[in-house]
Amino acid sequence: MRLSPDDIILWHYGFFKLNATIAVTWGLMFVLVVGSALITHNLSPGLRRSRWQNFLEIIVTAIEKQIQEVGLRHPEQYIGFLGTLFLFVAAASLGTVIPGYEPPTGSLSTTTALALCVFVAVPLFGIEEQGVGGYLKSYAQPTAIMLPFNIIGEFSRTVALAVRLFGNMMSGAMIIGILLTITPFIFPIAMTALGLLTGMVQAYIFSILAAVYIAAATRIRKPKPEPDARQ
Amino acid sequence: MLIDWFTVGAQVVNFLILVWLLRRFLYKPILHAIDEREKRIAKELADADAKQMEARKERDEFQHKNEEFARQRAALLSQATDEAKAERQRLLEEARQAADAMSAKRQETLRNEAHYLNQAIGRRTQQEVFAIARKALSDLATTSLEERLGAVFIRRLQEMDGEAKAGLAKALKTAPNPALVRSAFDLPAEQRTVIQQSLNETFSTAIPVRFETAPDLISGIELITNGHKVAWSIADYLLSLEKGVGELLKMKDKSEAPVKSQTEELQPESESH
Repeated sequence: MRLSPDDIILWHYGFFKLNATIAVTWGLMFVLVVGSALITHNLSPGLRRSRWQNFLEIIVTAIEKQIQEVGLRHPEQYIGFLGTLFLFVAAASLGTVIPGYEPPTGSLSTTTALALCVFVAVPLFGIEEQGVGGYLKSYAQPTAIMLPFNIIGEFSRTVALAVRLFGNMMSGAMIIGILLTITPFIFPIAMTALGLLTGMVQAYIFSILAAVYIAAATRIRKPKPEPDARQ
Repeated sequence: MLIDWFTVGAQVVNFLILVWLLRRFLYKPILHAIDEREKRIAKELADADAKQMEARKERDEFQHKNEEFARQRAALLSQATDEAKAERQRLLEEARQAADAMSAKRQETLRNEAHYLNQAIGRRTQQEVFAIARKALSDLATTSLEERLGAVFIRRLQEMDGEAKAGLAKALKTAPNPALVRSAFDLPAEQRTVIQQSLNETFSTAIPVRFETAPDLISGIELITNGHKVAWSIADYLLSLEKGVGELLKMKDKSEAPVKSQTEELQPESESH
């Protein structure tokens, strides 16, 4: 029983190996980047614009709005990280509609890598916002007694992030695989649809949790809901 | 082992590269385009606001000008109306005056005509009456009448009041020429003597007298000397009568002057005579 696409090794040279996870990730990266570049190389600042531009604008502004709602005052500062998290996870799960596709997020290595990125990014954004002292002080909040719990929480939530995404994505692929052996018709399709839904939900949860961690680290209290001009 | 640490590292690198690439190719251009559009829309809205403000301002200005124009027009119209009224009044007044003047002139003409007619009638009547009187008296005048006339003349000389008498006496005495006694008929010698005597007596001095015949006296005698004159004649009476009638006519004219219609007024006048 194969649990992870990491096990599919395409190329191997000593320590270096090219497995399906990395290859599919590259494929996703290629699609995302080239698609974006193709659409954005000819953007119109006027009122008339292409459907693809509208599509990308909707996505970007929606992400921006979500980040803002979490409590980060300058979404453009975090959209590169948080938006990419969401888009990558969402694209990985969207790919499940392609037969024979192995979502890279169904590999614990990939989710761990993403969780590690969050684990590193949170203190970096916190330090950027409050300085090293201010960020470190936040571990002793509200009292010094909370210091060990805060540190434990920092690690445990990273692990939770990684395992949650991996579990969901892996289980989706797994269920489809099992169902295919039991009932090759109808049910796999329904489960694939369900898998698409869970995949999108996981993408949302992953990026929103990362945003919440960053918001907590930057200690920015949720500001009053500002009138959003882009709605 | 579910976690392959090489894959983890590769995925971290992949993810970071993806972050950089998407930031470069997706977020920045899209956000930039949105900002540009927002700026453009804001600018267009501001422009529209400015244009609207300008339009409102121009409309206000236009309205103001329109009102001003209407006010001026009304003022001009009322001025013209007033002027026309005044002109009409003036023309009416002129016409009325002209009519009045014409009417007055006509009345004056009528009055003058009536006056002249009246005068002519009066004069003619007077002349006729005197002519008749003169004719009657001339026909009646005889030597005996002349004698009576002489007697009356003498009596009047004698009856003269003191002042007139003294004046006449002085005139008679200082006169270089003899006193002139004029009569309508040639006085007989004895009558002349009587007159001479009575003069002498009256003025207590010898007075040189020259007698002369003057038919225009009709019937009477007069003594003329050095600017003084003592006379008695029927002509005198006639003259005084003539004078009296003339004054009467003049008075009648005056009383008729303010009357509008000559005929209306003449009627009662003529009836009263």
